[in-house]
Amino acid sequence: MMNFLAMGGYGQFVWAAYAASALGLAAATVLTLSAYFRVVRQLSQLPREGEKPLA
Amino acid sequence: MIGYANPKRFLDLTRPIPPWFFGVSSTLLAIGLYLALFVVPPERQQGDAVRIMFVHVPAAWIGMGAYALMAVCSIWALVNRHPLADIAAREAAPLGALFTGLALITGSLWGKPMWGTYWAWDARLTSFLLLFFLYLGYIAIWNVTEDETRAARGAAILAIVGAVNLPIIKFSVDWWNTLHQGESIFRSGGPVIATVFLWPLFIMLAAYTTLFAALWIVRVRTAILRRTVRTRVSAGFGR
Amino acid sequence: MSSLALIGRDIRLASRGGGNTFLAVAFFATIVTLVPLGIEPVAGLLHAVAGGIVMLCSALAALLSLDNLFQADFEDGSLELLVTGPLSLESLAASKIAAHWFTTALPLLAISPLAAIAMDLPGAGLVGVVLAVALATPAVSAVGAIGASLTLSAKRGGLILPLIVLPLLAPVIIFGAGVVRSKLEGAENGAVLYLSAFSLAAVLLSPFAVAAGLRTNLSA
Repeated sequence: MMNFLAMGGYGQFVWAAYAASALGLAAATVLTLSAYFRVVRQLSQLPREGEKPLA
Repeated sequence: MIGYANPKRFLDLTRPIPPWFFGVSSTLLAIGLYLALFVVPPERQQGDAVRIMFVHVPAAWIGMGAYALMAVCSIWALVNRHPLADIAAREAAPLGALFTGLALITGSLWGKPMWGTYWAWDARLTSFLLLFFLYLGYIAIWNVTEDETRAARGAAILAIVGAVNLPIIKFSVDWWNTLHQGESIFRSGGPVIATVFLWPLFIMLAAYTTLFAALWIVRVRTAILRRTVRTRVSAGFGR
Repeated sequence: MSSLALIGRDIRLASRGGGNTFLAVAFFATIVTLVPLGIEPVAGLLHAVAGGIVMLCSALAALLSLDNLFQADFEDGSLELLVTGPLSLESLAASKIAAHWFTTALPLLAISPLAAIAMDLPGAGLVGVVLAVALATPAVSAVGAIGASLTLSAKRGGLILPLIVLPLLAPVIIFGAGVVRSKLEGAENGAVLYLSAFSLAAVLLSPFAVAAGLRTNLSA
């Protein structure tokens, strides 16, 4: 296990690279999907006339 | 293709795609990561550091591909004046910038153990840095120009001019880099890739590509829906 | 208005207003003075970077006056008038680029030898610097004009202009430094050829991109 983490001495670089990638991709996915669902929600709440304006 | 022309049709047609692509991407990512971290043996010269290749190369691939996509959409936008083309180009940019940034970061982390430094004026790193700046400039035009139609056209022109200049940038940095090259171990790609490395690489490439496609389509859908909300809201107040 | 007359008009405007030429030259002189102060006085170090710095500074100084390339005419409406005139937008763009080069780059070219000497560059290097500036600045004006036309209606256009233009000018910086180096080392490395080719292509092709940008910003 320790060997695995150490990655033959390059551990910090390999894991930093994988962590950065995971972070970047996760952030992109979360931001993209949340913006999408937010707009879908806005659209479903729209409506009928005379409704109060959306935030 | 014509079906995508109408935004409403586009929305209907593309609804099933993202979940499917996210699913495929996650699966491929899982397999690819497993292979990259557990199955692939340490490489002769680079040892375990070679594993960085599996997140670096796909990111770079998407970084470049997204720009090509952006340029093609921009040409389409200028030639056909198609409303979707502008949106498509615009939404590809932040994703492309992200992947390019990831390529730079992972490349830098790969460089430190390999070349002894976090940054090297390697042809690839340098031209990628410039690609990143090109993305920033493109995004800036959208943000800074007030009228949306003007922003769209201006951005399209910039994307195309940048696309034309990209091979020149690559060439000039390569040329400059070979002039400077004093080090003998300047093999940024490492030795010829053996099959045992190739398959995980392809899987990761496919994973990244499907993820990009999923994210891009969702972003385009979001943009179209946002526009729909805006027009409906302002129509409501027009009474 | 014929192309030549337009160039003449812009040159006269620029030299009378004093603006662009003075700004470019002053900026250039200031930076070139400050750079040696910022570099450790290690023997030979300044001399090694001098060529590249002088070349880079002239490019930056030329860029400085770019965001008002079309601004003044755009604001007072004369751009629209020029557009409806007999001159095509592409010729208009080419004239503007030429006028910019004459009023900004040419003075810089004239004082670049002084700057090179001030930075301790030997004779051969001096030739290289002048050559590099001469070959690079047309590209700077041409590509810069593209940026200027794209940011015409932007609120903070001045700030994003360098962001757009500099990555596009990367080959110019690289080849320009190569020209200086080739003269210093006395070896032929193709830099002059590449730089000339890039500048030529930029000057010939940019009017089309500039015209497209102008069309975008002039129409509703």
